[in-house]
Amino acid sequence: MTAHSVPHSDGETGAGETGPSGKEPTGKELRALYQLMVAVRHLDTSAVAWQRQGLIPGYAPELGQEAAQVGSGYAVDLSRDFVFPTYREMGVARAMGVDMVGYMSTHKASWHGGLYDPVKSRLAPIQAVVAGSVLHAVGWAHGQKLSGLPAEKQGVAVSYFGDGASSQGDVHEAMNFAAVMKAPVVFFTQNNGWAISVPTERQVAGGSVAARAAGYGIPALQIDGNDVVAVVRAMRTALAHCRAGYGPMVIEAMTYRRGPHSTSDDPGRYRTLDSESADAGTDPILMLRDRLLAEGLADEAFFAAALESAKVEEEQVRAGVGALAARPGSEMFDFVFQESTPALTGQARRWREESEHV
Amino acid sequence: MSNSPIDQMDVHSSDLEAAQHNVDAAGDGAGAEGINQSPEIAAQPGHRTEIMSMQQALNLALREILGSDPKALVLGEDVGVLGGVFRITDGLQNEFGAERVFDTPLAESGILGMSVGLAMAGLHPIPEVQFDGFSYPAVNQIVCQLARMNYRSRGTLPMPVTLRVPSFGGIRAPELHGESLESLFAHVPGLKVVSPSSPHEAYHLLKYAASRPDPVVFMEPKSRYWQKGEVVFDDGISGSNGGSRSHGGASASTAVSSGATVASANLGSKVVRTGKHLTLIAWGAMVSRCLQVAELAAEDGIDIEVLDLRWLKPIDAEGLAASVGKTRRAVVVHEGPLTAGLGAEVAALATEHCFGSLKAPVERVTGFDVPYPSGDLEDEYIPNIDRILFGIQRVLEYRRG
Repeated sequence: MTAHSVPHSDGETGAGETGPSGKEPTGKELRALYQLMVAVRHLDTSAVAWQRQGLIPGYAPELGQEAAQVGSGYAVDLSRDFVFPTYREMGVARAMGVDMVGYMSTHKASWHGGLYDPVKSRLAPIQAVVAGSVLHAVGWAHGQKLSGLPAEKQGVAVSYFGDGASSQGDVHEAMNFAAVMKAPVVFFTQNNGWAISVPTERQVAGGSVAARAAGYGIPALQIDGNDVVAVVRAMRTALAHCRAGYGPMVIEAMTYRRGPHSTSDDPGRYRTLDSESADAGTDPILMLRDRLLAEGLADEAFFAAALESAKVEEEQVRAGVGALAARPGSEMFDFVFQESTPALTGQARRWREESEHV
Repeated sequence: MSNSPIDQMDVHSSDLEAAQHNVDAAGDGAGAEGINQSPEIAAQPGHRTEIMSMQQALNLALREILGSDPKALVLGEDVGVLGGVFRITDGLQNEFGAERVFDTPLAESGILGMSVGLAMAGLHPIPEVQFDGFSYPAVNQIVCQLARMNYRSRGTLPMPVTLRVPSFGGIRAPELHGESLESLFAHVPGLKVVSPSSPHEAYHLLKYAASRPDPVVFMEPKSRYWQKGEVVFDDGISGSNGGSRSHGGASASTAVSSGATVASANLGSKVVRTGKHLTLIAWGAMVSRCLQVAELAAEDGIDIEVLDLRWLKPIDAEGLAASVGKTRRAVVVHEGPLTAGLGAEVAALATEHCFGSLKAPVERVTGFDVPYPSGDLEDEYIPNIDRILFGIQRVLEYRRG
């Protein structure tokens, strides 16, 4: 799968170098990215095992999407940007430093949106509605211009969605709104080849989400989503484009969902193991590993240490998830409104009397 | 009690354009009977009052909201230069700038989804959906996002969004320009729903709704936009709005702080006509019609109380029970279809609270379970004076056993 760019509709994006290291990840950053990707891979595959063991009722694996998720989440500026995930963004959350017990609590069925603080972590609550949050990113981004914040404090909204979500009308509305208003949004599509059982070719007319951007006058990059270097580079380019006031940008990271849609899914009903190995492309972790070795940036001891560290982390997260008790039933009522109503307060009282016996 | 003249109070514009463009002219001809003032608020001495249309009252409320709350924004289709198809946002862009009062592309899901994101960024959006039926394309964002974000985020991302929806029928509008969506919205956890019946209510309820941290669907009775009425401006601050009741339990007389008093003036239902034989419960445009019915019934010696429910979620069960408990008979009137309409909720609450004293089952006079008809038939669909009088008659003549 070769990275290639969709021609920019307005030529030069004007994007400058960002961060202390510019767009290209440094050797140190590549090592950090590897550690993150290994941690995410291990946590992800462990979470599937947790489900099989009965620790959590369900999980949406991101196996194969580590480069797309970690690379993009890693490029976000946590001091000002805001990220709008789907339900399959564990790697993004981990790269952003979100509390993983709080994130995984959504899969423990503790709380739909997760128990992490979305405001402090800069990650919106986990979104179950396909394409449900893409417009929120546009509103948040437009709000930056109205916020009264100095330009250097204004953030970029990063909207995650998949090839399946690109069929939703809200994605069209979001891209159109963002382009009309020049809202600083990075539309980050992970095209992982499958929307549950429906392959991209029966989902995305024209075969590319990035190609649609031209119709909105939005510059777009279609990249190899399994190449974390390409992902970081594209993301930094897009963030700089947005920060410079040029409006939104689209990134389509071509990757592959190597696992099932969820722990309830059975891919054997719609694809074969042979097609999986033929279509999956290069494993993103092996790709980075080869690069680190080739450039002399890491050795076997580093890789082994990264895996050991990932195992320790997974044990900690597993223990934290296992220790999550059901939330107090009163929370059903507590968060419906900022200002509750007499009817709701009455229902809460009756629930307490009849179910808690107090 | 039958063959009463059809309600002359509503504007029956021959076409939509007339409704849209008669900003200055409309309402003038309504005369005294077009002025809907509640006895509780009209007689307060020392209060500044002004006669204005609901359109003017809403426009003024928005102007004051934008003027006092730097985070407030007005967005929607044609709300900018044009001032909205009903002119509710007239002049606001000129006064507050195109950043704070802005036209969006023509997509309602986009307007509502964007409003959710704006609220997440700390702003207070006041989106307009141009007509009630245009809410349907935005239901995904309203129900799945706007109503739930506070809950999903465990209170860390409140949704101080006031969704203005020109609502209900009565103006001979095209298809899906005259829907009554209160029961749909009231059924959604996380939403609050309110509908003003008069310029006074429109002004105060909009200002109140826009000051709250929760999403409020604000249903404006479009057939009443051009009707004039008295707006009492220092209402609430003085705490003398005797007809109001607080949902929170604090009545106007016990409220100690200005904030609590404003809340008590703007929460709950309001008795807009006192009576002893029967309570008519209504909201939006049906309130003025019920007041007319009450006057006609009075000629036959029937003394009817009219309760303007105002808040459709939360419903003021306490105020409802106080009125129905007193009159012991109730008829609820609404434009929306009968089945699973809000009248069922009102009837259930009245029955639950007043079962021992009710002299008859709570009657519902409503729209029918049909798609809202074309203009030629809308007077057959919307509860008219005769149908309301028949409903009253059924309740008055009800005998047990």
